[in-house]
Amino acid sequence: MYQSLALKLTILFVAVVMAAFLYVAARAGSRRDYAAVQPRAYRIRRYWFWLLVLVATPVLLYTLSELPYSAAAQHRGEAQKVKVTGHQWYWTLSTDRVSAGRPVVFDVTSADVNHGMGIYDAQMRLVAQTQAMPGYVNRLAHTFQRPGDYRLLCLEYCGVAHHNMSAVLHVIAAKAR
Amino acid sequence: MVQTAQAIKSVPRAARRAVVAYLAVAASVVLLMMVFGLWMRLAQGNLAALAPARFYQLLTVHGTGMVGSIALASVAVQWFFLNKYIDLSARVFLANLGLFLIGVVAILASIFIGGFAGGWTFLYPLPAHSMGVWGPGAAALFMGGLLVIGTGFLLLYLDIGRALLARYASLWRALGVPQLLGSAQAAPPPAVIAGTMVLIVNTLGIVAGAAILVMSLVNLYDPAFRIDPLLAKNLIYFFGHVFINATIYMAITAVYEILPVYTGRPWKSSRVFIAGWVASTVMVIIVYPHHLLMDFAMPQWAEVVGQVISYTSGLPVLVVTSYGALTIVHRSGIRWDVASGLLFLSAFGWAAGVIPAIIDATIVVNQQMHNTLWVPGHFHFYLLIGVVSMVFGFMLYLARGGRERPHARERATDRLAFWAFALGALGFVAMFLYSGSHSVPRRYASHLAQWVPYDRIASAFAAVVVLAAAVFVLRFLANLGRAARVEA
Repeated sequence: MYQSLALKLTILFVAVVMAAFLYVAARAGSRRDYAAVQPRAYRIRRYWFWLLVLVATPVLLYTLSELPYSAAAQHRGEAQKVKVTGHQWYWTLSTDRVSAGRPVVFDVTSADVNHGMGIYDAQMRLVAQTQAMPGYVNRLAHTFQRPGDYRLLCLEYCGVAHHNMSAVLHVIAAKAR
Repeated sequence: MVQTAQAIKSVPRAARRAVVAYLAVAASVVLLMMVFGLWMRLAQGNLAALAPARFYQLLTVHGTGMVGSIALASVAVQWFFLNKYIDLSARVFLANLGLFLIGVVAILASIFIGGFAGGWTFLYPLPAHSMGVWGPGAAALFMGGLLVIGTGFLLLYLDIGRALLARYASLWRALGVPQLLGSAQAAPPPAVIAGTMVLIVNTLGIVAGAAILVMSLVNLYDPAFRIDPLLAKNLIYFFGHVFINATIYMAITAVYEILPVYTGRPWKSSRVFIAGWVASTVMVIIVYPHHLLMDFAMPQWAEVVGQVISYTSGLPVLVVTSYGALTIVHRSGIRWDVASGLLFLSAFGWAAGVIPAIIDATIVVNQQMHNTLWVPGHFHFYLLIGVVSMVFGFMLYLARGGRERPHARERATDRLAFWAFALGALGFVAMFLYSGSHSVPRRYASHLAQWVPYDRIASAFAAVVVLAAAVFVLRFLANLGRAARVEA
């Protein structure tokens, strides 16, 4: 799950930035000539810049290697298919049962306004999503590892009953199907 | 290090009064919008009654009102300091305020009389598809109000562009590009470079916003006139992204201009500084697809650009401006007060806020975080702790008499309010981020029982922020006369 990693990384990096600000604030009361401060500060800035580049570049390259956009095309043929259409304020699904362990391709669209199809597991963790747009079909591929009842919630504001827009997708164990 | 031009002139009294009028209007609206924000969090925590239709009206007015009022305050900050270097028209400045107020009246009427609750995003075709909740008149009033406000800002930018060209002959020069390329001539001061960047990006943003607003207005009354929903989304998010980012780039002028007063150290336009701003000019324009990462119908290259530029966008903030604030303050002998404290805090808020934003702009992460409370978590980080702190810092600097009285004694209430604001805002955004990491959707009128505890803790922090902000706003409003006498 990326959520927990995102939270931990945010806490870590924010703590680093906060420590720098607290350090400087605590020592700001004593005065030193700016001409003496600047060269050291610029030297540290150079290291800081390259540290950021060195940390961010591998992360950038790695994360760009697993984009979700073409996954649906890769699973063509073997995948289970579900057509999902958003309406104000309900979902229609071509089927509400899929098997765990095999890829599912969702063809997601909208009959009226913009919606967002968010798939939540039984613990209400968001596992995948794509937008549902009128006039477009967004293809999302996802393989459910665990059987159970998943909920489709709307993740794009679509009017005053947006929060009530929900459907259930039953993911059953491969043998049971 | 390149030389910085310092042809400073005095600011006319009428202009200073106009700036104070801007800030008084903007700060009052910000405070009201904070109360609405608190009300929504209380309702999500089942601590206040709020019908869903009313919740989404408040959501709409909160988003629109915050962006509009912070833009108003930020442009006042920038205009105040630009007056030192270029000849601006106070009439055009006041015309913008007048158009803003007309737009605000239209928007408030559309929401609280017409029932419009389409969100600040007015995402096509929602304004025309309310399911009977609001009529086309209310939607037209809302979008017409936005159009009037955008027109006012555009007029103001045109005047700033006129004045910049009169002084520097080209935007290229006003941005400091010749100095970046090796010219030994004096570079424009940081306020001018920032002003030029904002002029370029926000003119484009407002024109894009006006285009989609006009198209949506036509569609309201002629449904046969259809708009490609993906094109509409691109235009809306380009406009929204650029406009809200421009508030930071305008308000940061307060940090560039006021921290040197407190520290006795100049903030110069070095080549690194100019490079950061030139890069930001381009990046702010092309990074907006990171709002559309879950629109799989978008060209894949555009989504990749959205992620890559999101990463590189963090560099000017982390390496130039926030780092510059650290450098100028370090061992400066500064005597802290609430104004300087808020400006320093704002540099932290901006730098730290980009971290969860960059993480969210990572496509694989976005697939599990988009449109959860993580999103308001990161934008409240750099807007509340960043931009709002810049604006409040500037207001209190004026209220205390500016550079003439930088070390005037201040009350214990103000110091208490500073710490309450800093810690309350940090707790408030932390709860948004924590909730987002637990997949709580954004823009929901009611929450599942398991999410309610997060909302209650967030509400407590929000209440602290509102109280602290009220102290700052009241302190400013009680000292309008002194604030209007402050020279840039």
